[in-house]
Amino acid sequence: MLSRRARECHGQESSYFAGWQEYEKNPYHPLHNPSGIIQLGLAENQLESWIANNPEALTLRTDQGQSIFQDLALFQDYHGLPSFKNALADFMSEIRGNKVKFDPNNLVLTAGATSANETLIFCLADPGDAFLLPTPYYPGFDRDLKWRTEVEIVPIHSSSANNFEITTPSLEQAYERATKQLKLNVKGILATNPSNPLGTTLTRGELDRLIDFAMAKGIHIVSDEIYSGTVFDSPDFTSIAEAWSASKRVHIVYSLSKDLGLPGFRVGAIYSNDEKVVAAATKMSSFGLVSSQTQHLLSKMLSDKDMRARYVEENRRRLGKRKDEMVSGLGLAGIGCMRSNAGLFCWVDMRKLLREPSFEAEKELWKEMLFEVGVNVSPGSSFHCSEPGWFRVCFANISEETLGVAMKRIGDFARFRRGYDKTIKWVSAGTREEPYLGR
Amino acid sequence: KQTTTRPNPMGILSRKATCNTHGQDSSYFLGWEEYEKNPYDEATNPAGIIQMGLAENQLSFDLIEQWLAANPDPASFKRDGGSVFRDLALFQDYHGLPAFKKALVEFMSEIRGNKVTFDQNKIVLTAGATSANETLMFCLAEPGEAILLPTPYYPGFDRDLKWRTGVEIVPIQCTSANGFQITETALEQAYLDAKTRNLKVKGVLVTNPSNPLGTTLTRPELNLLVNFISDKQIHLISDEIYAGTAFSSPGYVSIMEVLKDKKLEHTELADRVHVVYSLSKDLGLPGFRVGAIYSNDDRVVSAATKMSSFGLVSSQTQYLLAALLSDKKFTRNYIAESQRRLKQRQRSLRKGLEKAGISCLKSNAGLFCWVDMRHLLEANTFEAEMKLWKKIVYEVKLNISPGSSCHCVEPGWFRVCFANMSEETLELAVERLRMFVEENYNDVIPRSRSGHEMLKGLRKKNLTKWVFRLSYSSDREPEER
Repeated sequence: MLSRRARECHGQESSYFAGWQEYEKNPYHPLHNPSGIIQLGLAENQLESWIANNPEALTLRTDQGQSIFQDLALFQDYHGLPSFKNALADFMSEIRGNKVKFDPNNLVLTAGATSANETLIFCLADPGDAFLLPTPYYPGFDRDLKWRTEVEIVPIHSSSANNFEITTPSLEQAYERATKQLKLNVKGILATNPSNPLGTTLTRGELDRLIDFAMAKGIHIVSDEIYSGTVFDSPDFTSIAEAWSASKRVHIVYSLSKDLGLPGFRVGAIYSNDEKVVAAATKMSSFGLVSSQTQHLLSKMLSDKDMRARYVEENRRRLGKRKDEMVSGLGLAGIGCMRSNAGLFCWVDMRKLLREPSFEAEKELWKEMLFEVGVNVSPGSSFHCSEPGWFRVCFANISEETLGVAMKRIGDFARFRRGYDKTIKWVSAGTREEPYLGR
Repeated sequence: KQTTTRPNPMGILSRKATCNTHGQDSSYFLGWEEYEKNPYDEATNPAGIIQMGLAENQLSFDLIEQWLAANPDPASFKRDGGSVFRDLALFQDYHGLPAFKKALVEFMSEIRGNKVTFDQNKIVLTAGATSANETLMFCLAEPGEAILLPTPYYPGFDRDLKWRTGVEIVPIQCTSANGFQITETALEQAYLDAKTRNLKVKGVLVTNPSNPLGTTLTRPELNLLVNFISDKQIHLISDEIYAGTAFSSPGYVSIMEVLKDKKLEHTELADRVHVVYSLSKDLGLPGFRVGAIYSNDDRVVSAATKMSSFGLVSSQTQYLLAALLSDKKFTRNYIAESQRRLKQRQRSLRKGLEKAGISCLKSNAGLFCWVDMRHLLEANTFEAEMKLWKKIVYEVKLNISPGSSCHCVEPGWFRVCFANMSEETLELAVERLRMFVEENYNDVIPRSRSGHEMLKGLRKKNLTKWVFRLSYSSDREPEER
């Protein structure tokens, strides 16, 4: 009675979402539920309240006191509120150090990056076509890019041997597999830059490899840059817009969910130099427009140049600090993280805690972490990582105190495990080895 | 995985991106574009085109503005002296804000005279009814399957129901012979038409109250629909976005009320009935993107909820509207007052058109009238309708919607909106029309006799002018509109 799409929901059986559900049943609270599950699986960013100082952005009146409620209530133009698009384009530019300029006419607003990604795939690929994605990648893509579009994802595998970087052989391999083995028509590559879950920005080398490859095969590059404002350390962020500015086959996805910590407001965007894509995506955005009330608020917020500059700067500083805290906390537990310079999470190496180097063991470890240790971390397999033992651990969505509690729990667990199995060696993975101090 | 489409390797973009089956080339949108180039403004452009093609409800904003002025906290993220900004900013749960869903289902109930109640666990929030309708299609039908729609219907359905879903629309032809009501014959014929086209029918979608007719479905029609979907074992989607705009008798009867009356509420059939709602028409808030799917089938609710990820309602907006709709004093007064104003405004349009020798389909709801201009056509053809429409847009400077854009099978009908302008502008619009008719047609405008009698006489007189038979162009494919 229901469609096949309704009966088979891609990707939502994944442990990524299951952990979330477990957290919902038993969420940690310092006072009310100190033994609850600590959510380290949700990549959120808490925004400093600009609101308290700028109540006018909410009162739906002009500076002269005239009501704009009616105009906003009626405003459903899928071209979006001009003042908001202008401010957003400027903001996106600033995040990239003003090395690129974005034309607001090439910007399409969507209800979140979730909507933007799906819409772009609808515009670029037909059912049965394929997109190549570097692993590990955000589990939501299995739903967002494939579900209703009926487009396939073919992974571009990477390995810890070279810090999970994208290589030309792996690109070629993925393309071969898609076209020769699976008989799929490859329409493009979708990469997240900075990467979720790695927390790293694509290197210049990787960008060049992607661009050369896309040019050679005549395919699109979709660059999901939703974490572009979270780069807190070197190397600098290089957007695809800068690396391949003239191309009509480069499309950027953005959102205010991560950089500004506003996932509830549903603000995403597609940017493309191809006017046909912009035109089609604009019409498709009818299925997920941004509330005019929200566009108005954000146009005021983002038009405040001081706020923009201060916020991004402060945000980066806090993220960098919080990341360092987590990395040392984990380091004290003998657990290492991959070196990262962006994002709201670390890519954590727990291979040495596995019973054996298998995905079954990874799943066991994940369940132990969730139910016994009480921390919801996301297992690498849910990100399609080809090596077992890696976990994404978020640091930006909880208070410093809670992070401390989480680190202690993980530390105790790790030491407990090492007590049982004396063959486990200290994990270094780039962090300084610390003597076991019995904490 | 099977695909029924041919590979498109040379196409750098998808077929969906480059086709035009999104329906946006229809005259419905073209008239809009003309208006945009030369919009009427009382002060700055009094000779401009008056927009009568936009079904917006602008009559009762003052009521909402008063409420906002008296209740500033929800819009300012405040509650009990504290700020809810952070919680809302992070709230992206696709189950929706519970307080909002509760207020919304209660509002929906109130609009239906509290004759039915809705369970807030069965409602899915979406970014507008546009998103709700598309999502339901994704949930209920495969690409290549069909949904039956009574004509005339809202032109946007060609995009919303078909474009990305790959679902087909097969029309249920309704005619003026019985006021465009749905008949059993028409339903069966549509079902047969689908079969002839090798299309599997998954359901029927009706808009109740109807856009563009402005009428509420009668009980016989509703009963007919229930029997039909029972017999064919298919779904029924009732798009009830105009439910709150029913302003006169017969009152509004929702499909849910019919199911209740027939004691079909907890049956398998009830699982196949789904309601679409939105606050764009009843509250006049299209910019806020608030729509909903209501279904008795848990699987539909579950799938639609996950799909709503692609078009969630802003938490900022959910919060504000939860407060607004929770205020029962406000909702009670708003619903009554809004309907009163709509009734009065519809009457103004009707009377004004009568002075121009033009009649409308008798209507009791909506933000528009279904206007009969058949007697003004050169011939009983859609070409003649287009010709008349262009004159009205370019010469009379009124943007109204031609029936052909709504897939009406009879030429000469137009949808004319009345709730998106001031009383003065409406008066000006009908005056322009009256002058146009007076200058271009003989004996159409009533002079000494009463309006109604005059019109009746007119019909008889013009019988010889064109063949009085219902026909439609057989070379007109739905997909091309």
